[in-house]
Amino acid sequence: MNLSTSNSDTRHHTFAACDLCCERDDRTLFSQLNFKLHPGETLLLQGRNGSGKTTLLRQLCGLRLPDDGRVMWDDTDINTLGTDFYRHMGYVGHRNGTKQDLTALENLALAQAFYGANGHSLDAALEKVGLYGYEDSLTRTLSAGQQRRLALARLLVMGTRLWILDEPFTSLDVHSIETIEGLFESHTAAGGMLEVTSHHAINMNESAVQRIDLS
Amino acid sequence: MSRAFFFMIRRDLKLAARNKASLANPLLFFILVTSLFPLGIGANSNLLATAGPGIIWIAALLAALLSIENVFRSDLEDGTLEQYILGPHPVSILALAKIMAHWLTTGLPLLCISPLLGIYLGLPEDGIKVLFLTLLAGTPILSLIGAVGAALTIGLRDGGMILSLLILPLYIPLLIFATSAVDSAVAGLSVTSHLSLITALLALSTSLAPFATAAALRVSVN
Repeated sequence: MNLSTSNSDTRHHTFAACDLCCERDDRTLFSQLNFKLHPGETLLLQGRNGSGKTTLLRQLCGLRLPDDGRVMWDDTDINTLGTDFYRHMGYVGHRNGTKQDLTALENLALAQAFYGANGHSLDAALEKVGLYGYEDSLTRTLSAGQQRRLALARLLVMGTRLWILDEPFTSLDVHSIETIEGLFESHTAAGGMLEVTSHHAINMNESAVQRIDLS
Repeated sequence: MSRAFFFMIRRDLKLAARNKASLANPLLFFILVTSLFPLGIGANSNLLATAGPGIIWIAALLAALLSIENVFRSDLEDGTLEQYILGPHPVSILALAKIMAHWLTTGLPLLCISPLLGIYLGLPEDGIKVLFLTLLAGTPILSLIGAVGAALTIGLRDGGMILSLLILPLYIPLLIFATSAVDSAVAGLSVTSHLSLITALLALSTSLAPFATAAALRVSVN
């Protein structure tokens, strides 16, 4: 059951933001933003369009430098840690990060080559997101929802502790959303951490969910 | 880390093999530009043989420049570039892998066809031999330096022109050493010093370009 995180890594990791701030075109999107995430916990980001959800996520994963404040993994700034932090983090943004001219399996194999065989096997990951039987299809022939699920399957292959997801449910149907919620559930149950922005309501164990509303 | 490096090269080669136009276009461009010169300046064999090394090298420069522009663009558009930057391996290693894949798909075919073009332009045998050697050491430099510029300009809407203005001046030293090496060979002089200088340029750009490319990619994604 406990396959969604690296089994060799049993440390109690923490992920935190200290006084995070973001300014854009002289507007302050958010400031003095603080949270601390422990294993098994979920952070849900909510807010109107343009309230800075995506910007915040990009700051949290290190794609964008914070205008002020720091993002900490195990009490060390992620910019100091660099790849030592990225080994533990999986990110799925607006763009899927899959190659259109590679097959579903080849796309996942690249993730496995990068992260080592810490997570699910390629076949198991495809089956978990309901793409079994599509492994040899070129990604460009898959539907938008299937491509989204392929991007999420990559997280399973990577086997990282922390998942940072920007609108993971985009173009997914009701049934697929349930499947992905199930994946979130087993990820956090196994001690994983989850940060997610979503317009959809997410069915999750409420006791382990922190919410930040940016509007 | 080396596993990721070789996997990355293999992936880019696989992608190139599935998109055959991108594989053939730089080579065809190289052949076409070179063969335009005899038509333009007439079949004066002395003139062509004198200008030959320069013609071939400038065509190689342009072919490299036009193809390097897209090395990182598709990765930026489909989000895979973000994945490399947020991955567990140094971006410079992956950048070097992509540069190497670019050389294998554009520089190498160009290198292989260059002796034929040398004959076509009427270069003497010694000149063709040295031209091949300069291209062997020089085409990787084109990919390495070009990648830095490509990484800097992918985020821009009209990056192609800026890329040329940025990168072509940096190619000048290489062009000078390479063409004067061929001239020396044709004149029967030693070319060791020229080739050493080009190899030194290759060593320098191999050690610096991956880091500069990685830094530029970070800026472009930000």
